[in-house]
Amino acid sequence: MQEPIIKVENVSMMFNINNEKIDNMKEYFIKLITRKLHFSEFWALRDISFTVNKGERLGVLGLNGAGKSTLLKVMAGVMKPTEGSITIKGVIAPLLELGAGFDMNYSGKENVFLYGATMGFSRKFVQTKYDYILDFSELHEFIDVPVKNFSSGMRARLGFAIATAVEPQILILDEVLSVGDARFRIKSEAKITSMFERGITVIFVSHNTDQVRRICNKAILLEKGRIIAQGTADEVCDIYDVITNKK
Amino acid sequence: MNNKYLKNLYKYRFLLQEIVRKNVRLQYRDSVLGVFWTFLQPLLTTLVLVVVFGRIFGKTNSGVVSYPIYLLCGRLLFEFFSQSTKRAMHSIEDSSSVIKKVYVPKYIYPLANVISTFVTFLISLSVLFAMMAYYSLFTNVHLFYTKYDFLAFIPIVILFMLCIGVGLILSVLAVFFKDVEYLYDVFTLLLFYMTPIFYKLNQLHLNSMVNYGLMANPLYSIVSMFRACVLYGVMWNWNWFFYSLGFSILTIIIGVWTFYKNQDKFILYL
Repeated sequence: MQEPIIKVENVSMMFNINNEKIDNMKEYFIKLITRKLHFSEFWALRDISFTVNKGERLGVLGLNGAGKSTLLKVMAGVMKPTEGSITIKGVIAPLLELGAGFDMNYSGKENVFLYGATMGFSRKFVQTKYDYILDFSELHEFIDVPVKNFSSGMRARLGFAIATAVEPQILILDEVLSVGDARFRIKSEAKITSMFERGITVIFVSHNTDQVRRICNKAILLEKGRIIAQGTADEVCDIYDVITNKK
Repeated sequence: MNNKYLKNLYKYRFLLQEIVRKNVRLQYRDSVLGVFWTFLQPLLTTLVLVVVFGRIFGKTNSGVVSYPIYLLCGRLLFEFFSQSTKRAMHSIEDSSSVIKKVYVPKYIYPLANVISTFVTFLISLSVLFAMMAYYSLFTNVHLFYTKYDFLAFIPIVILFMLCIGVGLILSVLAVFFKDVEYLYDVFTLLLFYMTPIFYKLNQLHLNSMVNYGLMANPLYSIVSMFRACVLYGVMWNWNWFFYSLGFSILTIIIGVWTFYKNQDKFILYL
């Protein structure tokens, strides 16, 4: 059933880079008056178009600086594209950085509700998922400790548990599955795979082509902000492996 | 267009609740005095001001009924204004780690900070009630309790609106210009002296131009309205009402417009 759930149409993202960072009013006005306010343009994304259907798992590959994270941020609504449009039908749970919605002084338990609310879910709803979150993250004894005292692995487990517990329609993963110990990686991959049966759509950025081949069925390859390859996960991974001289 | 924004706010109402809850909780956690400080701080500052200025501005024939209560009214309202706007100013930057990774409607942060400061303000109002009760029961100071006391919430609502408008404007400026925070600190300090908190305007015997200048401060109208209800038990001067209401609505419009125009650029500066 081909039902487009994400449509990216002619998206371009431009950043203004200036040589000196002007961040106070005095300098801004001086430069404005003396006409020294120069910016040079950097196009992180150029005319990107693709469609993701419901239930598909799209891998996003590319060397560092290709524009993968920028693309994810534009898709997650964190940035507004300079040109083009993105249409998304459904709740997105972005895992761009594990525990990004956390407040460090808040306890693990309080952060569960805060993070859930960041994605638009009520306390009542998150409460029904609370036991699952505790069990998956294996943080039973530590849940009342302030998150600033958590190890990065604990934060990763908690963030992942919450994002998957709320059963989003779209999951965006930015290299997060490569964080954490081997046990966590196996567990998180298993959880994502189990969500496929319920038709979850996944956007997965990674440099690990083995993982991409396992998890994704389609993939795109970015280079300098443009899509240079599109196709099945295996096809695109092959091309990427050649570029990175893996084979 | 409006419908889309209202729908979005509705969707994120839980986040607004959670952030307000968090701000209030974290304010008192890990502090020695906790909620007690919310009572103690206005009391202490009022005490100092009474001792220092009481003899100059608070003589019995100066028409302030009760100088400590006169002070406290002005002080509490001013404190709410300066605290809430300062917190709103920092709010976008403080939440930069979230904004850079997840989509949230960004205006939620200044809004939540004004609301959570408002909660603290309500708690501190109890000091005012306590003081009024003390003076009524234990001294022979005659306070006026009339039906106008019930109107006291109106200047508070207008003040709330003013704080939101100013907070929104400041939060946008603070993202782009780091020195706004220092400039605003100085500004609020000066504003304290420009608002009749520890003096009554006619006691200063200023020439009429300067008088009008000081009356242009919307806080002057708001504090005067509040004092009219609570302290003097009379209806306020309607000029104050229309001026402060108009000013507050204008700042909200400017704040929302500034925010709307610039919010997509925040991420580039955070």
